[in-house]
Formats: sequence, structure tokens, C-alpha cells
Amino acid sequence: MRYVGEALALVAAATLAQARAAAAAVVVQYEELPALFDMAAARQPGAPQLYKENNIFKELHITRGDPAAAFAHCAAVVAHTYRTPPQEHAYLETQGMLAVPQPGGVMQLYGSMQCPFYVRDGVAAVLGSTLGATQITQTSTGGAFGGKEDVPSLPAAHAALLAWRTRRPVRLIYERDEDIICTSKRHAAVIRSKYGADRDGLLRAVEIEYLVDGGAYATLSPIVLFRGVVHAAGPYRCPNVRVDGYAVATNHVPAGAFRGFGSPQVLFAAERQMDELARQLKLDPVELRRRNLLRAGDATITGQTLHASVGATDTLDTALAYVREHPLAPPPANAPHLKYGRGLSTIYYGVGLGVGGEYLARTGATIQINHDGSVVFAVGTTEIGQGMKTVLAQIVAEALGVPFASVEMLPTDTTRVPDSGPTVASRATTMSGNALLHAAGQLRERLNAVAAEVLGRAPLQISLHHGQIFADGAPAALSFAQLLHECAVRRVSLSAQGWHHPRPLKYDWQTGQGDTYVVFSFATNIAEVLVDERTGATTVLRVTAAHDVGKAISPAGVEGQIEGGTLQGIGYALTEEIVQANGVIRNPHFSTYIIPTACDMPELVPLIVEHPFPDGPFGAKGFGEQPLMGVAPAIANAVCNALSISQYELPLTPERVWAALHSA
Amino acid sequence: MMIRFTLNGTAVALETPGSKRVLDLLRDECGLTGTKEGCGKGECGACTILLDGRVANACLLLACQADGHEIVTIEGLEHAGQLAPIQQAFVDEGAVQCGFCIPGMVLAAHALLAGQPQPTDDEIKRGLAGNLCRCTGYRKIIAAVRRTAQAGNA
Ligand code: FES
Ligand code: FES
Repeated sequence: MRYVGEALALVAAATLAQARAAAAAVVVQYEELPALFDMAAARQPGAPQLYKENNIFKELHITRGDPAAAFAHCAAVVAHTYRTPPQEHAYLETQGMLAVPQPGGVMQLYGSMQCPFYVRDGVAAVLGSTLGATQITQTSTGGAFGGKEDVPSLPAAHAALLAWRTRRPVRLIYERDEDIICTSKRHAAVIRSKYGADRDGLLRAVEIEYLVDGGAYATLSPIVLFRGVVHAAGPYRCPNVRVDGYAVATNHVPAGAFRGFGSPQVLFAAERQMDELARQLKLDPVELRRRNLLRAGDATITGQTLHASVGATDTLDTALAYVREHPLAPPPANAPHLKYGRGLSTIYYGVGLGVGGEYLARTGATIQINHDGSVVFAVGTTEIGQGMKTVLAQIVAEALGVPFASVEMLPTDTTRVPDSGPTVASRATTMSGNALLHAAGQLRERLNAVAAEVLGRAPLQISLHHGQIFADGAPAALSFAQLLHECAVRRVSLSAQGWHHPRPLKYDWQTGQGDTYVVFSFATNIAEVLVDERTGATTVLRVTAAHDVGKAISPAGVEGQIEGGTLQGIGYALTEEIVQANGVIRNPHFSTYIIPTACDMPELVPLIVEHPFPDGPFGAKGFGEQPLMGVAPAIANAVCNALSISQYELPLTPERVWAALHSA
Repeated sequence: MMIRFTLNGTAVALETPGSKRVLDLLRDECGLTGTKEGCGKGECGACTILLDGRVANACLLLACQADGHEIVTIEGLEHAGQLAPIQQAFVDEGAVQCGFCIPGMVLAAHALLAGQPQPTDDEIKRGLAGNLCRCTGYRKIIAAVRRTAQAGNA
């Protein structure tokens, strides 16, 4: 057994009470081996071997220019070590699966998940059956945030094994403490960071070491680490860079995917570093960022030139303008212990799986127009509360020229569409959107051809909007119902399959130079806080968050993503920390692991910036993770600004802030 | 034991162990799966129901405690296929993401407005503080409650 919470035995029973009694009757004899709960200890020579000879699951490097030489010519250099805690997803619905053996040897699973194709592959491997004999149907999923990326394969395989053994349906639903103890977290991290700039505040050299605690199994750590090192220096130009990333094996519960995927940790460090640098250069933090932000034509730290859809500076200006035009009321005059502070962060997010997950970067879709005019579509990505269903239905309606209300999405099921990869990396809108556009294009061609024939026009003269047919822009004497009838008479198929994969990326894994993601989204967060200098307690007054999303297909959905992600970021900044002692999680309940309630909600100002992505559906690029990513550094910078202190560790508990204030 | 109570306006009588949680009674025996379990410990509000018009955590209530009382679940809020105004406001404001917290949230909001038809934003926040939502950031949920209050028809 490698971590507390690892499954040792599976028990199925007719009632929960019987199952509990049977599980309690299992006697386990443990022989205790030396364990590792600390990344530094795991990297010591002579440490117990958990993984290969050095306890490193994966290491990744970026080398660009010559940072060591460049530091010598810098006017200002700041070097600090930053620490971030494990964060719990706290999706409100725990992991749950129902396995139902079907006649003919098919195993059918229903459950809460992001990635049905992962579950399918996992279950088939465990049962030794074919992918064809494994059918996975996603049920309405009560939140995920990365916590239902790879993890559900485990309860699914457990339930399937029991169902296979008993030939009866098996339901497996985690209790809350079980869910917190047994499932993945955001990686705890240590970031050693050194930044150097010239007198004008231009970044000249960056050196970063990024360590993540991967826990007991590698799971997604290598690819989390990849996103982390690529995002390590934020959305800035810098000619001389060295990033060294290590995913370390320990005996903690395996860490995995969580909104931002290895980037919130490094962005916390990067954005604190920018403020530290500004302080040393006696430059306004806004001005320092403005001078270094990536613009179209600039290259990232991996040498990737950004050609289009680079809205970084625009998000900065948009957020600043809002705050300038809407000043907050000053803090109460009778409370001089309450200190106002303002902080900001500017970040970016590489959309999609990127070069690290390129082999999975393809997706399928089907659309069928029924003869009553109703439209159904199926995709391989999942609705997990992020609003994919709405966005994709909008895309289908727009592309087919039919009313939004006539379009329905079918439940995501592995037997309905080809393997479309996971629903992660903010990829559903762009990937499934493009696959649906491909399918819709085929259907439109057929509809246009039939309409043209009936109306005696050329197909190019025909257009369709909201279920109305136009010829040369004028309403045609042909209703949509008649057109469908004409198609039926001609036995034209009104079902089509779409497929999409992004353009290939070129990357050198030795030097860490090349193209990493097809496009980047950008955001600026401005946090305003009141800190009580008597207690160190922080109240967030307002977060103004401007996001460049390419094109907001569903503006209300974009706002919802920004609001929800921002609140998760506030939790990450101020209260959320999984506490472990000797590998045992000490706070596996909502009463001890504190996520924000309605009372903790500050004024949230979501602002949409649109720099269209030429290869995205209607210009959209994914961004669902981004809202969480820049919030903690903005709040940390605001707290530091309020009290003239420096903070290097999350969460910013009153104790930490108070201690920093009294050690300064 | 025999439990008699009113469920969404209808009298029901069920033979069930008195120690069964009302949450399980509703979900497993009455087929009303709108009431959710997020923690089983009174900490998240996903299982919120109305017991004699007041919010209660169905995960902490035993079947015997329901005996002789009146329970309303999310399924009981709409009338003749028409969403209650507070439900419609949630839809109109786009206040729902994954939806798991929403039944409890809607009932908590409903009870809040019944007791305080014109709440301030702070009162709304306090009234919903026992209901966790991990998706939405609460902003649109609060807007939905405010909209319902302004329309004056909880
Ligand atoms: S399930 Fe009852 S309060 Fe969480
Ligand atoms: S909408 Fe998902 S928990 Fe509230």
C-alpha cells in the first residue's frame, strides 16, 4: 500500500449495512516500511525508493538564451521561494458509478465523470474485455474541475469488477470524507524563482525550479508538470530563461488534474515576483507588466511566436478602466486597523491538450436532423456544469440555420461517437465545436442542394437562418418543413459525422523550445482587499476579472465561468489547504476544509475581452480553467500592498499574514 | 414503524425503520431524487428540504422525526407544470451550472423569501450561507433571489 486511501479489498452486499459489516471483517496485517511525505526528503540520496532510483516521476526543462550571463547585467534581481498547498476540488457531488452487466457480456457503466473514454479503456483493461464490450454513459455530473478526469476510472473499475463477479448491478458512491481522502488533489508545490530586469524594467533573465508533489502514483503528474513549466514565467517576453520542473514521488494521495493543471502554482510565484521586481525597480506594478506583456508577433519562453488572438494588454486596460471608473467607497474612518490594498495579476493559458497530449487531440461529433425538424447531436466531450451543452447547441443552431430551441444534445456515450479524448484543458468548445461545424457543413451542403433544386436556383444562392430559407437574401417560397419533406422524397441522408484535430505542433523536448499550444487565452485580475492588521484577516472587497476568450459564444456562460472560478481562486488564496500529517488527511470534511460560502463572495466583476482565434468556432478559444488561475496572486499582491509586506506562501491565513507583519 | 407525513401536499404513509434518514426515505422509497447528498453531515445544504415550511437538512433528519409533519422537496415547488417564480428566476439569471446544489439552494431561497420578502443582499447571503455551491460563485444565484424579491412573488 502506497498511500492512505488506496483500495485494498472490494466488498459488495445487498445493503449498505451488510457491506460495512463485511468490510469491517477484513483483517489486514501491515508491515510498516519507511515512507516519504516530503519532496526534499524524497530527493535526498539514500531516500527510500518509491519510484526508480531518484523518486522523480518526470523532469522537464526549458532553456532559452543564457540566463546566468544575463543576470550579471540586470539592474534588479529578485529571488524567492514560494510554496502552495494541495487543494481539494470539492465538487458537490462525490464520485459515483453504477455498473450493470448486460446480456451478451457487455458491461454498461453510468456515472459522474469528465472522460468517458478514459473510463472505458480502464474498465476494459481491468475486466480483460474489448472496448466494444464496454459501454460508458455519462450521467449528469455534479461538478468536476479536473477531479473527475482520471479518477472516475478507479471507482468505475471497482464497480465493474464487482458487477462482473456477482453478475448483478453494483452501485458505488463515495462518502464525502472518503472522496477527499482517496482522490486526487491539486499538486502541492515549491517554486524557487529568480527574476532579473534592466533599468527600464524589461525582463532579461528568469530562472525557475518547479517541484510538485505527485504523491504515490505518477497518474497525470508528467503532463501537469508540462503545463506548469510552459506557464512558469507568465505571459511575458524574456530572452534568457531556464525552467527546471520535477514531479516527485511521495506517499501522499496521488495529485492530479485541477482547474489550471499545474499553472496556478507557478503563476502565483510569477505574479508575486513581478510585484517584488516592481518594488525593487520603484516602478508601478502595472507599468512593469505593460512593458513586458506578450503582444502579437512576440515569442513565449519556449520560442513560440504568437500570431493572432493576443489580448493580454487589452485585458489589463479593460480591468484597469473598470476599477478607475468604479472606485470603491473608502474604508470606514473609525477603523484605522483595516488597511486597503490593491493587487493585480496578468496571466495566460495554453488552450487544449497541447504538444504534451497531442495524440489525444482529436474529436468526433454527429448531427441528425429528424423529419419533424428537431435536431439531435452527440459529441464525445462532456457537460460538467461548465455550459458546454448550451454553447454547442448554439453552434449547431447557427451553423445549420435552425432555431436554438429545436436542438438537443444526447447524453455522452462511448458507443455514440468515436473516441474524442478527454473533457479537460478547456477544450470542449473549440474541439467539439469544430467537429460539429464539420458535420453541420455537410448537412448544409445537402440542404442547400435540395433547396436549390426545388427553387430552381444555385446552391450558393441559398441561405438558412432560424429555420427560414432565403434565396439571394430574400425569403423563399419554401418552408423548412417542406425542405425536409423534399429531402425525404429524395432519400437524402440528414445525418452526418464530423471530425476535428488541430494543426500539428513542433516541440523539442530536450531544449523545451517550440510550439506548445495552438492558442493562448489571457486574463487580468485586480483584487481589492481590506486586511485587519490586528488579526491578519483578509476580506476581499472586489475582484475585477477581464478575460480574453476569443469570442464569447454564450456571454452568460462566460460570466458564470469567471464568477465560479474566481471564487475557487479566493478559496485557494485564503482558506483552502489539505492538511496532511504522516500521509493522513486531517481535514476531510466541509467543516474543516473551508470553501467559500455566499457570505465570502465579494463584488465580482466579470469582463469579456474578444480577440478572435481564427481556428476557433466563430473565433472562440477555450478558457474555463483560466478564471481560477490568476486570483490567488492578485489577492496576495493586494495583501502585500495593504500592509507593505511580502508573502511567499498560500493560503494567506490570518496567522501567516500576522506573522509576516510582525517579522517585518 | 409506520410513518405518516405530508409530502409535497399529498398525505403518505410508509412502513420504514424509524432510524432511516429522511434523505434516503425520499430518494429510495419515494423516488424523489431531487434531494441530493453532498456530505451527509449537515455541512453542505445539498439535501435541503422544507419541514413545516422551514429549511432542514434531510441527511440529519430521521424518518421518525418526519412523522406527523409536512415536507416539501424541490419536486413540490412547481405548480401544474409551471416553475415557481424563484425557480424561473434561477433559469433566467443563468444561476445554474452543474446543478447539484440547486435544489437545496432554491428551497433555501424560497424559505428565505417567505420569511423576508424584501431581503438586502447581506440577508440573502446569510440566508444561503448554509448551502455550498462550488460552481457558480453565487453571484447569479443572489441575483435570482433579488429578482424574485423585486417581482414580489416568491
Ligand atoms: S448532505 Fe445534508 S447537508 Fe450535506
Ligand atoms: S451549480 Fe454546481 S455546486 Fe452549485
